[in-house]
Amino acid sequence: MEQYIPLIPLMPLIGFAVLGLAGNRISKNLAAIIGCASIGLSFVLSLMVFNAQLHTEDAVTVTIFNWIEAGSFKAELAFLVDHLTSTFLLVITGVGFLIHLYSVGYMHTDDAHNRFFTYLNLFIFFMLLLVMGNNYLVMFIGWEGVGLCSYLLIGFWHKVTEYNKAANKAFIMNRIGDLGLLLGILMLFSRFGTLNFLDIKANISGIETNNYTIVIATLLLFVGAMGKSAQIPLHTWLPDAMAGPTPVSALIHAATMVTAGIYMVVRSNFLYSLAPVTLEFIAIVGLVTALVAATIALFQNDIKKVLAYSTLSQLGYMFLALGVGAYSSGVFHVVTHAFFKALLFLCAGSVIHAMSGEQNLLKMGGLRKKIPLTFITFLIGVLAISGFPFTSGFVSKDEILIQVYYHNKLYFYLAVAGSVITAFYMLRLLMLTFFGNFRGTKEQEHHLHESPSTMTIPLVILAIFSVLGGFIQLPHIYGGHPYFEEFLSSVAPTSEHLDVTLAAKEWLMLGVTSLALLIVYFFTKKFYADNKFEGVYTGFKKILANNYYFDQIYNTLITKPLNAVSGVFYKVFDKILLDGTVNGVGKLVNWSGGKLRYLQTGYTGFYLFAMVLSLVVFLIIGLYNLI
Amino acid sequence: MFPILLLLLPIVSALVLLALPGSISKRVALVGSILSLAMVLYALNTLRFDAASANLVYNQIWLSSLGSNLSFSIDGITMVLLLLTNILMPLIILSTFNREIHKPKAYLTFMLFMQSALVGVFMATDGLVFYIFWELALIPIYFICLFWGGEGRQRITFKFFIYTLLGSLFMLVALIILYQHTTNHSFAISDLYAAGKSMTFEQQAWVFWFFFLAFAIKMPVFPFHTWQPDTYTNAPTQGTMLLSGIMLKMGTYGLIRWLLPMVPEAVSAYSNTVIILSIISVVYASCIAIVQTSFKRLIAYSSIAHVGLICAGIFSYKAEGIQGALVQMFAHGVNVVGLFFVCDIIQRNAGTDTIANLGGIRSVNQRFAFWFLVIMLGSVALPLTNSFVGEFLLLNGIYQYNVWYAAIGGLTIILGAVYMFRSYQAIMLGTTSGNTLMFASLKKSETLVFVFIVFIIMVCGIYPKIILDISALDVLKMIMH
Repeated sequence: MEQYIPLIPLMPLIGFAVLGLAGNRISKNLAAIIGCASIGLSFVLSLMVFNAQLHTEDAVTVTIFNWIEAGSFKAELAFLVDHLTSTFLLVITGVGFLIHLYSVGYMHTDDAHNRFFTYLNLFIFFMLLLVMGNNYLVMFIGWEGVGLCSYLLIGFWHKVTEYNKAANKAFIMNRIGDLGLLLGILMLFSRFGTLNFLDIKANISGIETNNYTIVIATLLLFVGAMGKSAQIPLHTWLPDAMAGPTPVSALIHAATMVTAGIYMVVRSNFLYSLAPVTLEFIAIVGLVTALVAATIALFQNDIKKVLAYSTLSQLGYMFLALGVGAYSSGVFHVVTHAFFKALLFLCAGSVIHAMSGEQNLLKMGGLRKKIPLTFITFLIGVLAISGFPFTSGFVSKDEILIQVYYHNKLYFYLAVAGSVITAFYMLRLLMLTFFGNFRGTKEQEHHLHESPSTMTIPLVILAIFSVLGGFIQLPHIYGGHPYFEEFLSSVAPTSEHLDVTLAAKEWLMLGVTSLALLIVYFFTKKFYADNKFEGVYTGFKKILANNYYFDQIYNTLITKPLNAVSGVFYKVFDKILLDGTVNGVGKLVNWSGGKLRYLQTGYTGFYLFAMVLSLVVFLIIGLYNLI
Repeated sequence: MFPILLLLLPIVSALVLLALPGSISKRVALVGSILSLAMVLYALNTLRFDAASANLVYNQIWLSSLGSNLSFSIDGITMVLLLLTNILMPLIILSTFNREIHKPKAYLTFMLFMQSALVGVFMATDGLVFYIFWELALIPIYFICLFWGGEGRQRITFKFFIYTLLGSLFMLVALIILYQHTTNHSFAISDLYAAGKSMTFEQQAWVFWFFFLAFAIKMPVFPFHTWQPDTYTNAPTQGTMLLSGIMLKMGTYGLIRWLLPMVPEAVSAYSNTVIILSIISVVYASCIAIVQTSFKRLIAYSSIAHVGLICAGIFSYKAEGIQGALVQMFAHGVNVVGLFFVCDIIQRNAGTDTIANLGGIRSVNQRFAFWFLVIMLGSVALPLTNSFVGEFLLLNGIYQYNVWYAAIGGLTIILGAVYMFRSYQAIMLGTTSGNTLMFASLKKSETLVFVFIVFIIMVCGIYPKIILDISALDVLKMIMH
């Protein structure tokens, strides 16, 4: 098995290199084949590695070479594959492959089709590096690498200034987080003398809980996670990132890259478990993000923006799970979310495709008969994310809620409220898109069509997983078994609460969820399927619709002051004070030279006089020891 | 043998070039610089397998009455700088191809003399010889800026010359003080080291600040930097490349070779002050870079920021910091030459480097956009590019010195992204403007320069040991003493 491990990231790297060098010299079909095949091969290799991991508890390390070595610092370019990594490998290459396949249809008419697959392959390479590194620095390569790909893909249509700005914003905001991560890494190195995950884990025995260094280091690492996984207050880049082509939103900004923060925390779980203070902070940030983003999603009129805020919200739930110490529940939600959120985005892409590029919900409506397959798969996605009983989303979210329940009752009730809001905005989205009458132009209506099979096959596969994905972790009372948690137990500690869960509580949850869904269904049907919805908000709703004015606040509090201060630095400090002083000294020399010039009179008598005078002065100084 | 060959080869090529017709002088210079590079690689090979080889040292009795000898030697630290100089020279010369240059013979001759003086500075192991080469290096660049510079060049070049000369004079005083304290009246570096250590703290302090002033002006570090943006902006492209790519490393190299081991007590007393100045440089220059309207000037300020971090890392006096500084000197040299070349091409094609008047170049010249992108990623220290290794090790060293300095200095990774990505967007992306509509495709020589620069950026980022290993042993030796 070990010999296959380096091949997993190598495949997309080769794909990237070939596609990048070939550019538009090869046909779109060939480029698509290369792009998909590289990920497909990676997926097959990941399956093999995963299969091998099923039968062992041992982590496998494969060292490629010594990357950086200076003084006492050493970091290898090495891979670590254990149960956590092999889970992520399957999600990245599996969902990644489906999205590549989907892109074949979606991007077919785009002139930069080949470039798209080049970037997408590069992204998968960095994402794999991120989850495969055996130390924090290799993880950091992947971490910043996926940020670069995200930048390139958000600004994929580079002639549109607005998209480019969104791309810049994503990169810069991520870098704010990255500085935190980097400092955390430096802190860990100075504490442990290594950045190797397993070595640090082996050296934590004897460190007391809430040790100052560990708390600060884990907080700093988490700042990185907040940037990458778009948690409040570093979240504003993600909604703007929807400027990228829709498969990118599905792959990078929903299923994989944004979950890197979750991966990092779970990977460092041995440190986080030593820092309950940090965990509490993570729980609060996650909860706040889950709720705030959900309330924003209620008032969005752009199909992709609704999904973007929903992603923020779901990521919040994942962090909430980690915050209460339920690592495997968080990862499990990453997996199910990857299925249903990728599905939802791809369906949205199919809708946008059918609507000739339209993303505004107000222009849609009644699409369920026009594009039935997209409708059904989208419906499945909506049900899964809303927690419809026994779908994957139901299982993973319920698990999180139960874990939260045992941690803090208030968090629990808020989280439940959030999941009701989730059901509400998702069904609203469903109603506005697929129910009621068509509200677009005649021309759009004329063009309405179901997407080609390269696009619909991934939808069907993802829909199947969105429904069935939960069965690997179904609670005992429904006749299931927590296989997934058992599998992850070699990496992250298992929680005590899963088995002691009272059957009555679980049934209650089931009942409440179903009832809530039913009520929400009728409400949204009444409000949003009757064609009277105008999508204009006032008052408080307007604040929510505008993302609580976060962007405007940042602009006023950070961007503008930074520019102003920089301007003062440049024009006042640099130009006037510093350079003025330097020039002043120059002028002073010139000026005094000009004045002293007059001493050169050319009269011998004057010189003699000056000489005698100086001698007298020196004599006096010498006599009285003045110096 | 190597030192004297490396000193003479550029001079010889300059003489050959002067004797041959002007139409082929660029090619002659290029061949000469490639020969020098080959020589350096040969020396590198010698250093790897036999660091004590007599070929790496040159010693010739010179002013015996003064105790000064023509002595040069090549160790790992010097080697990094020699590599940088000799890798950049062919690229800088290549960047003149397909360019109309007034009096090319004189221009290239000055450049080659500059190369000779620079390698002299990096190899000298005699205080007086070091000082002489230090000043020698100023003369060719002075003429390059004065005769081939842009508008207002007399005033700007004069300021640059006087300012750096003033710094050097302080260094001369420092050298004389040290010389006075040697037991055998010698300028040999080992005797000067011994003299420095034997001095009282107060004496060390004077030597420290005199040296520092010279080096700080050269790099430059806040607040001694005001000559730099004007000079970089005004100098001809190759002059700017020489100044930023190689010459400023005289300052950082000087710190490592001539300051840190010379006056240890003063170093440990004043490191804090110097690191604070350096960190101010990083943040201050980065902020100023954000509001620049001229791209060339933006790069000039970004260079101050990068050098500030190098200086701070050196004064952390940790193996990681100094190793990081050496890698970063190499990386910064390559990247900044790349950026100034990008700027040169933009200026030539669009007639301006005012960021607001550009845009959309990517739609006209995709390849150029790619090269620019990779060099930019190198400059913002993305992992797997050369300067990530440098900046990470520098921050590592600074972190060990003081956590907060690392946190504030680390702002460079955010601010660097802000000014680079913003200007990349404004220059390259969006729709074309009148200036950029007719942007020409790259010439072969231009592509060649980019290929080499990008190759170095990637190789040093992926396998940095090729640079780190050269200096590892000598840095460790230095730290131990």
